[in-house]
Amino acid sequence: MNMIVCVKQVIDPEAPPASFKIDPSGNKVVPPAGVSPVVDPYAEYAVEAALKIKDASGGKVTALSLGSNQLRDIVKKPLAMGADELILLEDEAFDGSDSWSTAYGLAMAIKKIGEYDIILCGREASDWNAGQVGSGIAEILGLPSVTLAEKIDISDGKAKVQRKTDEGYEVIEISLPCLITASNEIGEPRYPTIKGIMAAKKKEPVVWKPADIGVDAAQIGASGRHTKLAKLFQPVREGKCEIVEGEGLEEAAVNLAVKLREVKVL
Amino acid sequence: MAENKGVLVLCETKEGKLASISTELLGGGSKLAKDLGQELAAVLVGSGVSNLAQEAIAYGADKVYVVDDPLLKDYQTDTYVPVMEKVAKQAIPQVLIMGQTSIGRDLAPRLAFRLNTAASLGCLELAIDPDSKLLLQTKPVYGGNAQAVFTTESFPQIATVRPKAMAPLAPDQSRKGEVIKIDAGLDASAVRTKVLEKVPEEVAGIKLEDAEVVVSGGRGIGSAEGFQQLEELAKLLKGAVGATRPPCDNGWVPAGAQVGLTGKIVTPELYIAVALSGSSQHMSGCSSAKTIVAINKDPEANIFREARFGVVGDWKKIVPAFTEKLKELLAK
Repeated sequence: MNMIVCVKQVIDPEAPPASFKIDPSGNKVVPPAGVSPVVDPYAEYAVEAALKIKDASGGKVTALSLGSNQLRDIVKKPLAMGADELILLEDEAFDGSDSWSTAYGLAMAIKKIGEYDIILCGREASDWNAGQVGSGIAEILGLPSVTLAEKIDISDGKAKVQRKTDEGYEVIEISLPCLITASNEIGEPRYPTIKGIMAAKKKEPVVWKPADIGVDAAQIGASGRHTKLAKLFQPVREGKCEIVEGEGLEEAAVNLAVKLREVKVL
Repeated sequence: MAENKGVLVLCETKEGKLASISTELLGGGSKLAKDLGQELAAVLVGSGVSNLAQEAIAYGADKVYVVDDPLLKDYQTDTYVPVMEKVAKQAIPQVLIMGQTSIGRDLAPRLAFRLNTAASLGCLELAIDPDSKLLLQTKPVYGGNAQAVFTTESFPQIATVRPKAMAPLAPDQSRKGEVIKIDAGLDASAVRTKVLEKVPEEVAGIKLEDAEVVVSGGRGIGSAEGFQQLEELAKLLKGAVGATRPPCDNGWVPAGAQVGLTGKIVTPELYIAVALSGSSQHMSGCSSAKTIVAINKDPEANIFREARFGVVGDWKKIVPAFTEKLKELLAK
């Protein structure tokens, strides 16, 4: 089973909300000082999904990441978790991508890799929460796809995917090769082992430039966008909380109940 | 090429009726259509859905496209994408909106790529820019830390909208509209997936999304036993229990209880937030609640910036006394 997992380096979404700042230009986020970027947590679920398949059926896992200034110690995490190869699409030309230009760049790289049975992506990324790159890659490559996978089983050259739905879940059988986006229910991503970390340290990623995957600069990064960011802002909070007090917490609790009754909330 | 015109809403159905998200989208869509000075159309895709066309008209559609085919009984990417491609090419809308549902989330991006246009998923608000007449697509980004407004200059402009972000119109059964049937024209052999089974989530009591009162707990609750106390309070108020991500990850509550950007969106009358800090991620699932009440030991917790009323202190002391007093007050 040859698997390709799309990952990405992002600003740590677990950084304290107070450190979140928007650039005065109003179209990008300022990386918080002193907080190291991370591999997108949603993508880590996709890595975990691939490694689970590898555990069960064997195979090779190639991680693929697009961006510029990708810190090796960060983007090597999938290798440390157990992936076999890491390919970086790294060039400033990839900056300012939206879902369209990201999916296009990744799809062209996947074409170049050539051999694959399953492509895995996170269901969205923690920065722009677009939730489109997986479906976009599938469309560009003409592959069948299942999104929001909670569980993946491979048998008889097909995948059985448990897909999260609004009502519960459904089980979908899909032919290979295919694209699957992983949802968080796939299970907590494994921690890299010491052995994995050592192996990742020794392994150098393969770096491809736009020309290596045969793409035209006009179709990638900011120039390949299909959407325009008109505005980026932080919603204003009202901050008019009335703190209910009392002699001791029990009394405060009683006062809260009385208050809610008074103002007819209850 | 014909000119793109009008607003098209994909209507999902549930138990033989229009799903609530669909009537909401028709309500929001009719406002967009009015601002464009154009028509609102609906599209019904499924098996045995033709009889719902009049309902879509009652809720505001001027025109309804119906694609009714047994192959469309269950949602599948390989059947719905070509059908919607066909509908979009016949209806030629300027704006195409769907729900941020398990269908919309899968269909919208793939359709956008096929039509060489773009989509925004999970929008909170849609509006027409008065100058450019483009669709302003507002959605949370960075896990709810910020909101972005996107525009697309290619047509149709596609967006999915979160449940309860728009309000339905009062249905008017006397409204008249045009119904246009479109043949699905599907080739069953081109469908590369098969739906083997559908399993509904089991919910004891009131569904979180429908509850008027939600009592949610965070990491600070500490255990499944702790959540039983919230359950008791919720039961008293005829509400449901919600949670932030950590209690779900730790198995103190089922995964379906998660409220937030990656969980459910709730809009109750009253949201009681217990021992949760109020991260942006969580708030984007409950910030539309009418009244938020916070119980947290950290006076600096973000939840106090979101709440209308609050008590600072250990929830273990506050919740039992609060529940007791409410029992007494509600019995009166």
